Formats: sequence, C-alpha cells, structure tokens
Amino acid sequence: MAELSVSTKPGNLLQTRRRVARTLTEPLWIRTLLTVIVIAFIALFLILPLIFIFAQAFQNGVGVYWAAVSSSDALSSITLTLTVLVIVVPINTVFGILLAWTTTKYRFRGKSLVVTLADLPFSISPVIGGLIFVLMFGDHGILGPWLLAHHIQLVFNTIGICIATLFVTYPFVARELIPLMENQGRLEEEASLVLGAGTLRTFFKVTLPNIKWGLLYGVILCSARAIGDFGAVSVVSGHIVGQTNTMPLQVQAFYDGYQMTAAFALSSLMSVVAIVSLALKSYIDWKSTRPE
Amino acid sequence: MSVQSVKRNKARDRQIIPGFGLSLGLSLSYLALLVLIPLSMIFIYTSSLGWGGFVREISQPIVVSALRLSFTTALIASLINLVFGVLTAWVLVRYTFPGRKLLDGLLDLPFALPTSVAGITLATLYATNGWVGRLLPFKVSYTEVGIIVALILIGMPFVVRIVEPVLQNLGKENEEASAILGASRFQTLVHVIFPKIRPAAFSGFALAFSRALGEYGSVVFIAGNMPFKTEIAPLVIMQKLEAFDYDGATSIALVLLVASFLILFLINFSQWLAKRKFADQ
Repeated sequence: MAELSVSTKPGNLLQTRRRVARTLTEPLWIRTLLTVIVIAFIALFLILPLIFIFAQAFQNGVGVYWAAVSSSDALSSITLTLTVLVIVVPINTVFGILLAWTTTKYRFRGKSLVVTLADLPFSISPVIGGLIFVLMFGDHGILGPWLLAHHIQLVFNTIGICIATLFVTYPFVARELIPLMENQGRLEEEASLVLGAGTLRTFFKVTLPNIKWGLLYGVILCSARAIGDFGAVSVVSGHIVGQTNTMPLQVQAFYDGYQMTAAFALSSLMSVVAIVSLALKSYIDWKSTRPE
Repeated sequence: MSVQSVKRNKARDRQIIPGFGLSLGLSLSYLALLVLIPLSMIFIYTSSLGWGGFVREISQPIVVSALRLSFTTALIASLINLVFGVLTAWVLVRYTFPGRKLLDGLLDLPFALPTSVAGITLATLYATNGWVGRLLPFKVSYTEVGIIVALILIGMPFVVRIVEPVLQNLGKENEEASAILGASRFQTLVHVIFPKIRPAAFSGFALAFSRALGEYGSVVFIAGNMPFKTEIAPLVIMQKLEAFDYDGATSIALVLLVASFLILFLINFSQWLAKRKFADQ
C-alpha cells in the first residue's frame, strides 16, 4: 500500500511504510487495556451470574437439588412449560416461514410495512403482550360477555398462556429468515418452476435446504423465548401454583416464598437449556460459514 | 437501459412464483389476528376514556414517577450498552486473544436466559450480603442502580450484534488510505471508522432502549418495587390490572406503546438515511 505514496525518495518510502503499519492498529497497551475491559464487563454481567445460579442451586448438595426439581410444584411447572412449547413453536415456525416466504419471494406494495408490523411484538413490553389479551378475552374485555355466555375461557388458563406466548414469540423465526432469503433471491426457485416443479415442491426441494440453518436458529430462539417468557405469561396466567405456573412463574413463586434453593434449582434447568441453545448457535454459525 | 432489461422490469410486475394470494392472505390474517387486532385494543380502550380521562390516569403522581423512572433508567442503561457494545464489537472483531469465540458466543445469553432467572440471580448477587453486593460501598439491589444493572444485562447483545457485521465488512482500505494521507490512528478512528458504524450503533442503541423500557421480569426482583422510588411503569400496569383498574393499566400501556412505535420509526428512518447516503457515494 505504501507504494501508492506520493513520495519517491527511497528513505521516505520506508518511513511512510513503517508509519502506516504503525497507525493501522492501536499500540499494544491500548489493545490489552480494551480487551481486559471487555472481558471484565462480560465476566461481571454474564459469566458470574451464570456461575452463581449453579452455585446457589447446589449449595445444599445434590440431594436437596434433586428434591427441589422433583417436587410436585416444580414438576407441574415443567410439564406446563413443555406443553406450551410443543403447541407454540410449531405454529409460529410455520407462520414464520410463510411470512418470510411471502415477503422475500414476491413483490408487492407495503412489503416493508408488513415486515415492520410483524416485528412489533419484539419491541413491545411483554406486559402489554399479556394485557391486550385480557382486554380482548377477559371478563371485562370486548369479547368477555360473549365468551362468558358460551362458557369459553381464553385467559387465566393454559390457553391464555399459549396465546400470549404465540404473540411474544411470533417474530423470531421470520427475523432470522428474512435477511437470509432476501440475500438468496428468487433465481433458484424460478429455475425450479421453469423446470416444471410446483410451488410446494420448489419450497421443500429448493428453498428449505437453503435456509435450514437459519431456520434452526430461529426455532431455537423462538423456543428459548417460549420457555422463558415472564411478563406476558404473568399477566394471563392467573398464578395458580400447580396449575397455571410455567417454569419462570414457579421460579418467582419459590423466590417469593424464600425457597431459594428450589428457585435456583429450577433456574439452573432453564440455564442449561439457554447454554445448549448458545452452543447450538455457535455450531450452526460454524456449519453455515464453512465452505461445502 | 437496454430493451431486454425494460422487458424484464415489466415481467417483474407479475409474480413469477405461483401462490402469492394464498401466502399473503394467510400471513396477513395470522398477523392481524395475533398481533394487530389485539394491539388495537389498547387504542380502542383508551379512546373510550377520552382525552381527559387518559390525562387523568397518566398524571397520577405514582404513574408519573414510574414513567419517569422507566425512561431515565432505560436511557442510562442503553447509553452504557452503546459505549460497551461498540467497544466489545471492536475488540471481538479486530483483536485476537484466547477465549474470543467463547465470549462472542456467550453474548447472546441475555436472549436465551429467562428474564426471571436473570432477575433473581442479579437480586441475590447484588444484595448487601451477596457475592458482588458485599464488595460495593453502596447499595445496588432494591435501588435505581439495581434497575440499571438488570437493564444493562438485558440490553447487552443489541449494539454488539448490529455493529459486529458492519466492522467485519469494513475492510482495511479506508484506514490504509487515511494513514497514508497522514492521519493519526485517533483521527482515523474518529473521521473514518466512527461515521461508518454510527447508523448501526444508533439502531442497536434504540433497540436496547426499547427493550429496556418495557422490561419486566429481570427488573421486578432487583428493584424492590417501592412506590415512588423503584416502581417501573410495566410493574404499575401489572398492579393496576390486579386491582381491575383497566383504565389506568391501558393508559400507561398506551404511553409505552407510542414510545415503542416512535423508536421503531426512528430506527427505520435512520436506516433509510444511511442507505440514501450510501447510494449517493
């Protein structure tokens, strides 16, 4: 690069080259200082809390830990969370793919508006995510009297928890897929159609293999949020221990009841899920950037 | 423009892949049923209160102090995250050190960890007898500082994850040119690199702020929830709901919702500005 320099004298050229090399990065002491600050920041806010969860969960030994996670309250919260997960994630995966497909494979007016609107649950307070369904389906809500008359209850039970979780986890799959599918364009799909395949066949044989890693990551994020949502579920659950407490709500119930070991034991299970998702994400990154 | 490309542009007005109507119809119906119609409830409900009713609800002293607390703590936390986020992205992209990949992977933890888990962990960690709290000369848990600590953790990944790819794609040519032309490293940073990452950093900051403003799970445990002191706006919504005060709850929700809309609009606008600037060059 220094060859581009205006100077023609050999001495000056060498000097310029040295100076440029020196000014392309920071001095060693600054690099070390910045790295140490960043490591300290991440250690204080992420690593230490993570270690602390397990230290608290196991502070009274494995026996107490096991008793805590196998208590009937803990088990029923785990069952409820898994039920919600199994219902919510497949529905939002299908509609997430459909939204990404619609907004990247077709051209239409108002596309960016649709993408922005679909992202709303991501930037709205989870408490509002619960409130809106109480305003719709609660006894004082707009549909409340009608639902009451027909003995249908859509909030303060498992259905309510599923609806609120559907709302808060809606953007995750599409968020991952849209930039990916935007980059891939439409050429491969068009080629497949020209060769005589139908839309569905094109989707399964051409599009899906191209987006599989992004899709997997979107599903992981969607699942993590479905397991961990607190605000929205808190509003619509009704807080009945053993019936409508998901794992995060049961953590709160244990914590408020001064059952610290139980609270952290249940937390440690969800932390393991979180760590596994992060590991999977790193694996997917490695897999998708590796040349085939 | 050649004849061929004009023809192609005309062809693009029709959909090439069949199934447009069905895909769009299903997508929009689901979006409307799950997101738009439920969200419109907030507007419908508040409009039935009238302007006077709405102002009466949100000018209650407890609501005003909760909103003020929410906005200030969210702003402070996301400013801290902006500074550390840009720094973290820089260190992770430009420097090599052992454990870099591990740290990079860990940064997504706040997205994966349930907020109530983060909440009880921070509350215990920073309590006066906790691992960190006992080392500090001032109280963190059950104060405004505690709220900020929780919001920093929740908002950590936003700035880093948006700035990282921009730095990776930046290339060294601009910096080399700047250095050859005689700029010091500091000048290069301020005049060449910062302008490139500014739009991304702003988007990350705005997203972190928006998230912090509505955050509930991680904050309620560490805040202590003392009225007029450490009660955040989402908590007041929750309390009003539990007392069946739907008017109050919905009015506060409307304020937060409008703030979220404004932030989304600002992000889109700044991205549009950045794109236009880029196109001009």
